Amino acid sequence: MSTATAIENKSPASAGRFEPRIAAFVCNWCTYTGADLAGTSRVQMMPNVRMVRLPCTGRIDTAFIIKAFERGADGVIVSGCHPGDCHYSEGNYHARRRFAMFKELMNFMGIDERRVTFSWVSASEGRKWGDVVDETIERVRALGPFDDYKTLLEETP
Amino acid sequence: MNELRQLARKLLADKTVGVVIGYEEGQGAVTRPSFATSPEQAEKLVFDARCVQNLASYLSPRRSTVRSLGKPAVVVKACDAKALAGLIREAQVKREDVVVISVACGGVLADPRSGKALSEAMVADRCRDCDGAHTSLADHKVGQAKAPAFGSPKVDARLAELQAMTAPQRFAFFKSVFSECTRCNVCREVCPMCFCARCMADKSEPQWIESSPHLRGNFAWHMLRAMHLAGRCVGCNECERACPAGIPLSLITRKMQKVVSERFGYSPSDDPNVPAPTGAFRLDDAQEFIR
Repeated sequence: MSTATAIENKSPASAGRFEPRIAAFVCNWCTYTGADLAGTSRVQMMPNVRMVRLPCTGRIDTAFIIKAFERGADGVIVSGCHPGDCHYSEGNYHARRRFAMFKELMNFMGIDERRVTFSWVSASEGRKWGDVVDETIERVRALGPFDDYKTLLEETP
Repeated sequence: MNELRQLARKLLADKTVGVVIGYEEGQGAVTRPSFATSPEQAEKLVFDARCVQNLASYLSPRRSTVRSLGKPAVVVKACDAKALAGLIREAQVKREDVVVISVACGGVLADPRSGKALSEAMVADRCRDCDGAHTSLADHKVGQAKAPAFGSPKVDARLAELQAMTAPQRFAFFKSVFSECTRCNVCREVCPMCFCARCMADKSEPQWIESSPHLRGNFAWHMLRAMHLAGRCVGCNECERACPAGIPLSLITRKMQKVVSERFGYSPSDDPNVPAPTGAFRLDDAQEFIR
Protein backbone atom coordinates (compact mmCIF):
# COMPACT_ATOMS: atom_id res chain seq x y z
CA MET A 1 0.00 0.00 0.00
CA SER A 2 1.45 3.36 -0.97
CA THR A 3 1.62 6.15 1.55
CA ALA A 4 -0.98 8.05 -0.45
CA THR A 5 -3.48 5.16 -0.24
CA ALA A 6 -2.77 4.70 3.45
CA ILE A 7 -3.59 8.34 4.08
CA GLU A 8 -6.64 8.10 1.82
CA ASN A 9 -7.96 5.17 3.91
CA LYS A 10 -7.48 7.23 7.04
CA SER A 11 -9.35 10.26 5.80
CA PRO A 12 -12.91 10.66 7.02
CA ALA A 13 -16.04 9.51 5.29
CA SER A 14 -14.54 8.06 2.17
CA ALA A 15 -17.08 6.39 -0.11
CA GLY A 16 -19.96 6.61 2.35
CA ARG A 17 -18.57 4.03 4.71
CA PHE A 18 -19.69 4.05 8.32
CA GLU A 19 -17.55 6.35 10.44
CA PRO A 20 -17.77 5.27 14.06
CA ARG A 21 -17.59 7.83 16.81
CA ILE A 22 -15.01 6.82 19.37
CA ALA A 23 -14.56 8.38 22.79
CA ALA A 24 -11.12 7.99 24.33
CA PHE A 25 -10.48 8.43 28.05
CA VAL A 26 -6.77 8.73 28.61
CA CYS A 27 -4.41 9.60 31.41
CA ASN A 28 -2.47 12.82 31.28
CA TRP A 29 0.95 11.40 32.01
CA CYS A 30 1.34 8.52 29.57
CA THR A 31 -1.28 8.05 26.89
CA TYR A 32 -2.07 11.71 26.36
CA THR A 33 1.62 12.46 26.08
CA GLY A 34 2.00 9.40 23.83
CA ALA A 35 -0.79 10.68 21.60
CA ASP A 36 0.93 14.04 21.53
CA LEU A 37 4.09 12.27 20.42
CA ALA A 38 2.09 10.47 17.74
CA GLY A 39 1.07 13.90 16.47
CA THR A 40 4.51 15.46 16.51
CA SER A 41 5.91 12.30 14.90
CA ARG A 42 3.25 12.58 12.19
CA VAL A 43 1.93 9.08 12.81
CA GLN A 44 -1.02 8.68 10.45
CA MET A 45 -4.24 7.60 12.11
CA MET A 46 -7.93 7.89 11.51
CA PRO A 47 -9.63 10.97 12.94
CA ASN A 48 -12.71 9.40 14.56
CA VAL A 49 -11.49 9.70 18.12
CA ARG A 50 -12.62 12.35 20.60
CA MET A 51 -10.18 12.40 23.43
CA VAL A 52 -10.83 13.23 27.06
CA ARG A 53 -7.76 13.81 29.19
CA LEU A 54 -7.87 12.83 32.85
CA PRO A 55 -5.20 12.90 35.51
CA CYS A 56 -4.96 9.12 35.80
CA THR A 57 -6.72 5.92 34.79
CA GLY A 58 -7.64 5.76 38.45
CA ARG A 59 -9.89 8.75 37.76
CA ILE A 60 -11.69 6.95 34.93
CA ASP A 61 -15.03 5.98 36.39
CA THR A 62 -16.84 3.28 34.46
CA ALA A 63 -19.76 5.73 34.40
CA PHE A 64 -17.75 7.62 31.77
CA ILE A 65 -17.95 4.64 29.43
CA ILE A 66 -21.68 4.27 29.92
CA LYS A 67 -22.19 8.00 29.44
CA ALA A 68 -20.17 7.90 26.22
CA PHE A 69 -22.49 5.22 24.86
CA GLU A 70 -25.52 7.20 26.00
CA ARG A 71 -24.24 10.25 24.14
CA GLY A 72 -23.81 8.33 20.92
CA ALA A 73 -20.34 6.80 20.97
CA ASP A 74 -19.99 3.60 18.96
CA GLY A 75 -16.81 2.64 20.72
CA VAL A 76 -14.62 3.67 23.63
CA ILE A 77 -10.89 3.61 24.26
CA VAL A 78 -9.57 3.63 27.80
CA SER A 79 -5.84 4.02 28.07
CA GLY A 80 -3.17 4.95 30.55
CA CYS A 81 0.26 4.17 31.93
CA HIS A 82 1.72 0.68 31.95
CA PRO A 83 1.66 -1.04 35.34
CA GLY A 84 4.54 0.31 37.38
CA ASP A 85 4.61 3.62 35.48
CA CYS A 86 1.71 5.39 37.19
CA HIS A 87 2.50 8.98 38.07
CA TYR A 88 0.55 8.41 41.29
CA SER A 89 2.25 5.05 41.90
CA GLU A 90 -0.81 2.81 41.93
CA GLY A 91 -3.76 4.49 40.24
CA ASN A 92 -3.61 2.18 37.26
CA TYR A 93 -3.50 -0.94 39.45
CA HIS A 94 -6.80 0.06 41.04
CA ALA A 95 -8.18 0.99 37.63
CA ARG A 96 -7.14 -2.38 36.23
CA ARG A 97 -9.30 -4.21 38.77
CA ARG A 98 -12.23 -1.92 38.04
CA PHE A 99 -11.88 -2.33 34.27
CA ALA A 100 -11.62 -6.11 34.62
CA MET A 101 -14.91 -6.17 36.52
CA PHE A 102 -16.56 -3.76 34.11
CA LYS A 103 -15.49 -5.75 31.08
CA GLU A 104 -17.08 -8.88 32.54
CA LEU A 105 -20.19 -6.94 33.52
CA MET A 106 -20.58 -5.53 30.00
CA ASN A 107 -20.21 -8.97 28.56
CA PHE A 108 -22.77 -10.33 31.01
CA MET A 109 -25.26 -7.59 30.11
CA GLY A 110 -24.84 -8.46 26.46
CA ILE A 111 -22.93 -5.34 25.47
CA ASP A 112 -20.33 -6.33 22.91
CA GLU A 113 -17.01 -6.00 24.72
CA ARG A 114 -15.27 -5.43 21.38
CA ARG A 115 -16.65 -1.89 21.49
CA VAL A 116 -14.31 -1.00 24.33
CA THR A 117 -10.53 -1.10 24.03
CA PHE A 118 -8.44 -1.04 27.17
CA SER A 119 -4.77 -0.34 26.57
CA TRP A 120 -1.55 0.80 28.17
CA VAL A 121 0.23 3.37 26.03
CA SER A 122 3.30 5.06 27.45
CA ALA A 123 4.53 8.56 26.65
CA SER A 124 7.06 7.09 24.23
CA GLU A 125 4.62 4.82 22.39
CA GLY A 126 3.26 7.24 19.82
CA ARG A 127 3.16 4.52 17.22
CA LYS A 128 1.31 2.13 19.51
CA TRP A 129 -1.31 4.83 20.11
CA GLY A 130 -1.79 5.13 16.35
CA ASP A 131 -2.24 1.36 16.16
CA VAL A 132 -4.69 1.25 19.07
CA VAL A 133 -6.77 4.00 17.48
CA ASP A 134 -6.80 2.42 14.02
CA GLU A 135 -7.53 -1.06 15.31
CA THR A 136 -10.38 0.17 17.48
CA ILE A 137 -11.93 2.17 14.67
CA GLU A 138 -11.70 -0.73 12.21
CA ARG A 139 -13.14 -3.15 14.75
CA VAL A 140 -16.04 -0.86 15.65
CA ARG A 141 -16.62 -0.03 12.00
CA ALA A 142 -17.06 -3.73 11.32
CA LEU A 143 -19.51 -3.99 14.23
CA GLY A 144 -21.51 -1.06 12.86
CA PRO A 145 -23.29 1.72 14.74
CA PHE A 146 -24.16 0.91 18.36
CA ASP A 147 -27.87 1.12 17.64
CA ASP A 148 -28.71 -1.34 20.42
CA TYR A 149 -27.74 1.27 22.96
CA LYS A 150 -28.76 4.36 21.02
CA THR A 151 -32.33 3.18 20.67
CA LEU A 152 -32.78 2.25 24.34
CA LEU A 153 -34.61 5.48 25.03
CA GLU A 154 -37.10 5.08 22.20
CA GLU A 155 -37.56 1.40 22.92
CA THR A 156 -38.76 1.97 26.44
CA PRO A 157 -42.21 0.43 26.58
CA MET B 1 -36.48 -17.03 71.92
CA ASN B 2 -36.39 -16.72 75.70
CA GLU B 3 -32.62 -16.71 75.58
CA LEU B 4 -32.70 -13.82 73.10
CA ARG B 5 -35.22 -11.82 75.15
CA GLN B 6 -33.31 -12.43 78.34
CA LEU B 7 -30.09 -11.23 76.77
CA ALA B 8 -31.77 -8.14 75.28
CA ARG B 9 -33.42 -7.35 78.61
CA LYS B 10 -30.08 -7.58 80.39
CA LEU B 11 -28.24 -5.43 77.83
CA LEU B 12 -30.93 -2.76 78.05
CA ALA B 13 -31.33 -2.93 81.82
CA ASP B 14 -27.66 -2.46 82.59
CA LYS B 15 -27.46 0.25 79.94
CA THR B 16 -24.78 -1.59 77.96
CA VAL B 17 -26.77 -0.54 74.90
CA GLY B 18 -29.42 2.03 74.13
CA VAL B 19 -31.28 -0.05 71.59
CA VAL B 20 -31.55 -3.68 70.57
CA ILE B 21 -32.23 -4.02 66.87
CA GLY B 22 -34.06 -7.27 66.31
CA TYR B 23 -37.32 -8.64 64.95
CA GLU B 24 -40.88 -8.46 66.21
CA GLU B 25 -44.26 -9.68 65.01
CA GLY B 26 -45.57 -7.49 62.23
CA GLN B 27 -48.96 -7.24 60.59
CA GLY B 28 -50.18 -10.48 59.14
CA ALA B 29 -47.85 -13.42 59.40
CA VAL B 30 -44.63 -11.51 58.82
CA THR B 31 -41.99 -10.20 61.17
CA ARG B 32 -40.56 -6.73 60.97
CA PRO B 33 -37.46 -4.96 62.27
CA SER B 34 -37.82 -3.96 65.89
CA PHE B 35 -36.04 -1.34 67.97
CA ALA B 36 -36.25 -2.19 71.64
CA THR B 37 -35.12 0.68 73.84
CA SER B 38 -36.30 -0.54 77.25
CA PRO B 39 -36.15 -3.89 79.05
CA GLU B 40 -39.95 -4.19 78.72
CA GLN B 41 -39.75 -3.80 74.96
CA ALA B 42 -37.25 -6.67 74.84
CA GLU B 43 -40.28 -8.96 75.44
CA LYS B 44 -41.53 -8.38 71.90
CA LEU B 45 -38.38 -9.74 70.23
CA VAL B 46 -38.76 -12.88 68.16
CA PHE B 47 -36.55 -14.90 65.87
CA ASP B 48 -37.56 -17.61 63.44
CA ALA B 49 -37.40 -18.48 59.74
CA ARG B 50 -39.55 -15.47 58.81
CA CYS B 51 -36.86 -13.03 59.94
CA VAL B 52 -35.44 -12.34 56.51
CA GLN B 53 -34.39 -8.71 56.83
CA ASN B 54 -30.73 -7.79 57.05
CA LEU B 55 -30.58 -5.63 60.15
CA ALA B 56 -27.00 -4.56 59.53
CA SER B 57 -28.60 -1.99 57.20
CA TYR B 58 -29.72 -0.05 60.27
CA LEU B 59 -26.13 0.45 61.40
CA SER B 60 -25.24 2.40 58.29
CA PRO B 61 -24.38 6.03 59.13
CA ARG B 62 -27.21 7.39 57.02
CA ARG B 63 -29.69 5.87 59.49
CA SER B 64 -29.44 8.90 61.76
CA THR B 65 -32.68 8.11 63.58
CA VAL B 66 -31.35 4.73 64.66
CA ARG B 67 -28.05 6.27 65.66
CA SER B 68 -29.84 8.75 67.90
CA LEU B 69 -31.16 5.85 70.01
CA GLY B 70 -27.72 5.22 71.48
CA LYS B 71 -25.28 2.36 71.20
CA PRO B 72 -26.94 -0.48 69.31
CA ALA B 73 -26.97 -4.20 69.84
CA VAL B 74 -27.94 -5.93 66.63
CA VAL B 75 -29.35 -9.37 65.98
CA VAL B 76 -27.49 -10.90 63.05
CA LYS B 77 -27.70 -14.08 61.05
CA ALA B 78 -24.55 -15.46 59.46
CA CYS B 79 -25.31 -13.59 56.21
CA ASP B 80 -26.03 -10.28 57.97
CA ALA B 81 -22.73 -10.56 59.84
CA LYS B 82 -20.88 -10.24 56.53
CA ALA B 83 -22.65 -6.95 55.87
CA LEU B 84 -21.72 -5.75 59.35
CA ALA B 85 -18.11 -6.78 58.68
CA GLY B 86 -18.30 -4.79 55.44
CA LEU B 87 -19.43 -1.68 57.32
CA ILE B 88 -16.59 -2.09 59.81
CA ARG B 89 -14.09 -2.77 57.01
CA GLU B 90 -15.16 0.42 55.25
CA ALA B 91 -14.95 2.47 58.44
CA GLN B 92 -18.68 3.19 58.66
CA VAL B 93 -19.11 1.48 62.03
CA LYS B 94 -16.54 1.03 64.76
CA ARG B 95 -16.41 -2.51 66.05
CA GLU B 96 -16.53 -1.35 69.65
CA ASP B 97 -19.60 0.79 68.97
CA VAL B 98 -21.88 -2.17 68.35
CA VAL B 99 -22.84 -5.26 70.32
CA VAL B 100 -23.31 -8.24 68.03
CA ILE B 101 -25.91 -10.83 68.94
CA SER B 102 -25.48 -13.81 66.63
CA VAL B 103 -28.55 -15.99 66.32
CA ALA B 104 -28.48 -19.61 65.16
CA CYS B 105 -30.48 -19.42 61.99
CA GLY B 106 -30.72 -22.62 59.99
CA GLY B 107 -32.21 -20.83 57.00
CA VAL B 108 -35.00 -18.31 56.37
CA LEU B 109 -38.00 -18.34 54.05
CA ALA B 110 -37.78 -16.98 50.53
CA ASP B 111 -41.21 -15.45 51.00
CA PRO B 112 -42.09 -14.90 54.66
CA ARG B 113 -45.66 -13.94 53.66
CA SER B 114 -46.30 -17.45 52.39
CA GLY B 115 -46.95 -18.75 55.90
CA LYS B 116 -45.27 -22.02 54.91
CA ALA B 117 -42.77 -23.96 56.99
CA LEU B 118 -39.10 -23.94 56.09
CA SER B 119 -38.34 -26.60 53.47
CA GLU B 120 -36.12 -27.25 50.49
CA ALA B 121 -38.64 -25.54 48.21
CA MET B 122 -39.39 -22.58 50.47
CA VAL B 123 -35.93 -21.61 51.69
CA ALA B 124 -34.30 -18.35 50.60
CA ASP B 125 -31.72 -18.98 47.90
CA ARG B 126 -28.88 -17.40 49.85
CA CYS B 127 -29.29 -19.98 52.64
CA ARG B 128 -28.41 -22.82 50.29
CA ASP B 129 -24.67 -22.28 50.48
CA CYS B 130 -24.53 -20.98 54.04
CA ASP B 131 -22.62 -22.95 56.64
CA GLY B 132 -24.89 -21.61 59.37
CA ALA B 133 -21.99 -21.07 61.79
CA HIS B 134 -22.05 -18.30 64.37
CA THR B 135 -20.05 -15.32 63.17
CA SER B 136 -16.64 -14.68 64.67
CA LEU B 137 -17.89 -11.12 65.29
CA ALA B 138 -20.39 -12.40 67.85
CA ASP B 139 -20.33 -10.86 71.32
CA HIS B 140 -23.23 -13.09 72.29
CA LYS B 141 -24.32 -16.32 70.67
CA VAL B 142 -27.94 -17.37 70.88
CA GLY B 143 -28.88 -20.93 70.01
CA GLN B 144 -26.94 -23.90 68.72
CA ALA B 145 -25.54 -23.24 65.22
CA LYS B 146 -26.66 -25.74 62.63
CA ALA B 147 -25.79 -25.95 58.97
CA PRO B 148 -28.81 -25.72 56.69
CA ALA B 149 -28.65 -28.44 54.04
CA PHE B 150 -30.62 -27.27 51.04
CA GLY B 151 -28.43 -28.02 48.03
CA SER B 152 -26.74 -25.43 45.83
CA PRO B 153 -28.21 -21.98 45.11
CA LYS B 154 -30.70 -21.89 42.26
CA VAL B 155 -29.29 -18.59 41.04
CA ASP B 156 -26.23 -20.49 39.81
CA ALA B 157 -28.32 -22.57 37.44
CA ARG B 158 -29.99 -19.41 36.10
CA LEU B 159 -26.57 -17.82 35.69
CA ALA B 160 -25.35 -20.81 33.70
CA GLU B 161 -28.41 -20.52 31.43
CA LEU B 162 -27.68 -16.85 30.80
CA GLN B 163 -24.03 -17.57 30.24
CA ALA B 164 -24.96 -20.09 27.56
CA MET B 165 -26.90 -17.45 25.62
CA THR B 166 -25.37 -15.20 22.97
CA ALA B 167 -24.59 -11.59 23.88
CA PRO B 168 -27.58 -10.18 21.93
CA GLN B 169 -29.86 -12.66 23.73
CA ARG B 170 -28.52 -11.54 27.09
CA PHE B 171 -28.98 -7.89 26.09
CA ALA B 172 -32.58 -8.64 25.15
CA PHE B 173 -33.07 -10.44 28.46
CA PHE B 174 -31.78 -7.51 30.50
CA LYS B 175 -33.82 -5.10 28.41
CA SER B 176 -36.93 -7.05 29.27
CA VAL B 177 -36.21 -7.20 33.02
CA PHE B 178 -35.00 -3.59 33.26
CA SER B 179 -38.07 -2.37 31.44
CA GLU B 180 -39.98 -3.30 34.62
CA CYS B 181 -37.78 -1.05 36.79
CA THR B 182 -39.57 2.07 38.02
CA ARG B 183 -36.42 3.41 39.72
CA CYS B 184 -38.10 3.37 43.10
CA ASN B 185 -34.59 2.91 44.54
CA VAL B 186 -35.70 0.32 47.06
CA CYS B 187 -32.72 -1.85 46.03
CA ARG B 188 -30.48 0.95 47.21
CA GLU B 189 -32.43 1.84 50.35
CA VAL B 190 -32.50 -1.73 51.60
CA CYS B 191 -28.86 -2.44 50.81
CA PRO B 192 -26.59 -2.55 53.87
CA MET B 193 -23.60 -1.59 51.74
CA CYS B 194 -25.25 1.45 50.07
CA PHE B 195 -24.37 3.95 52.74
CA CYS B 196 -23.34 7.06 50.80
CA ALA B 197 -24.84 10.23 52.24
CA ARG B 198 -25.52 11.31 48.69
CA CYS B 199 -25.87 8.67 46.03
CA MET B 200 -24.30 9.16 42.63
CA ALA B 201 -27.71 8.41 41.16
CA ASP B 202 -29.18 11.47 42.90
CA LYS B 203 -26.65 13.91 41.54
CA SER B 204 -27.92 16.07 38.75
CA GLU B 205 -24.91 18.18 37.82
CA PRO B 206 -23.52 16.25 36.07
CA GLN B 207 -26.22 13.65 35.91
CA TRP B 208 -24.33 10.39 35.50
CA ILE B 209 -27.42 8.27 35.89
CA GLU B 210 -30.62 9.48 34.29
CA SER B 211 -33.32 9.35 36.90
CA SER B 212 -36.30 8.69 34.63
CA PRO B 213 -37.35 5.07 34.45
CA HIS B 214 -36.47 4.50 30.82
CA LEU B 215 -34.26 1.70 29.56
CA ARG B 216 -31.23 3.89 29.03
CA GLY B 217 -31.30 5.25 32.58
CA ASN B 218 -32.13 1.81 33.94
CA PHE B 219 -29.14 0.20 32.22
CA ALA B 220 -26.87 2.91 33.63
CA TRP B 221 -28.34 2.50 37.11
CA HIS B 222 -28.12 -1.27 37.25
CA MET B 223 -24.64 -1.42 35.73
CA LEU B 224 -23.26 1.24 38.04
CA ARG B 225 -25.00 -0.30 41.02
CA ALA B 226 -23.31 -3.58 40.11
CA MET B 227 -19.95 -1.80 39.84
CA HIS B 228 -20.34 0.02 43.14
CA LEU B 229 -21.25 -3.22 44.87
CA ALA B 230 -18.70 -5.43 43.15
CA GLY B 231 -16.47 -6.96 45.78
CA ARG B 232 -18.61 -5.36 48.50
CA CYS B 233 -21.96 -7.07 48.06
CA VAL B 234 -22.39 -9.79 50.68
CA GLY B 235 -25.14 -11.62 48.79
CA CYS B 236 -27.93 -11.06 51.32
CA ASN B 237 -30.32 -10.66 48.36
CA GLU B 238 -32.38 -8.08 50.21
CA CYS B 239 -32.47 -5.98 47.00
CA GLU B 240 -34.15 -8.77 45.09
CA ARG B 241 -36.58 -9.56 47.90
CA ALA B 242 -37.57 -5.93 48.27
CA CYS B 243 -37.87 -5.18 44.53
CA PRO B 244 -41.54 -4.54 43.75
CA ALA B 245 -40.91 -5.10 40.05
CA GLY B 246 -39.52 -8.60 40.55
CA ILE B 247 -36.21 -7.85 38.86
CA PRO B 248 -33.81 -10.79 39.38
CA LEU B 249 -31.11 -8.62 40.92
CA SER B 250 -29.34 -11.58 42.50
CA LEU B 251 -28.31 -12.67 39.00
CA ILE B 252 -26.22 -9.52 38.72
CA THR B 253 -24.85 -9.48 42.25
CA ARG B 254 -24.05 -13.19 42.08
CA LYS B 255 -22.33 -12.76 38.72
CA MET B 256 -20.15 -9.98 40.10
CA GLN B 257 -19.44 -12.06 43.18
CA LYS B 258 -18.15 -14.82 40.91
CA VAL B 259 -16.05 -12.41 38.85
CA VAL B 260 -14.45 -11.03 41.98
CA SER B 261 -13.88 -14.50 43.37
CA GLU B 262 -12.34 -15.84 40.17
CA ARG B 263 -10.20 -12.80 39.42
CA PHE B 264 -9.20 -11.60 42.85
CA GLY B 265 -9.81 -14.65 45.02
CA TYR B 266 -12.21 -12.80 47.30
CA SER B 267 -15.47 -14.04 48.77
CA PRO B 268 -17.71 -12.11 51.17
CA SER B 269 -16.24 -12.52 54.63
CA ASP B 270 -17.34 -11.79 58.17
CA ASP B 271 -13.77 -10.83 59.05
CA PRO B 272 -13.45 -7.03 58.84
CA ASN B 273 -9.68 -7.32 58.52
CA VAL B 274 -9.83 -9.05 55.14
CA PRO B 275 -9.21 -6.20 52.69
CA ALA B 276 -11.93 -5.47 50.14
CA PRO B 277 -10.82 -6.38 46.62
CA THR B 278 -11.68 -2.93 45.28
CA GLY B 279 -9.51 -1.24 47.87
CA ALA B 280 -6.54 -3.43 47.13
CA PHE B 281 -4.64 -4.80 44.15
CA ARG B 282 -1.94 -7.25 43.21
CA LEU B 283 0.95 -6.35 40.93
CA ASP B 284 0.17 -9.46 38.90
CA ASP B 285 -3.61 -9.07 38.53
CA ALA B 286 -4.67 -10.63 35.22
CA GLN B 287 -4.77 -8.11 32.37
CA GLU B 288 -5.42 -10.33 29.38
CA PHE B 289 -8.08 -7.87 28.18
CA ILE B 290 -5.70 -4.90 28.09
CA ARG B 291 -3.78 -4.29 24.91
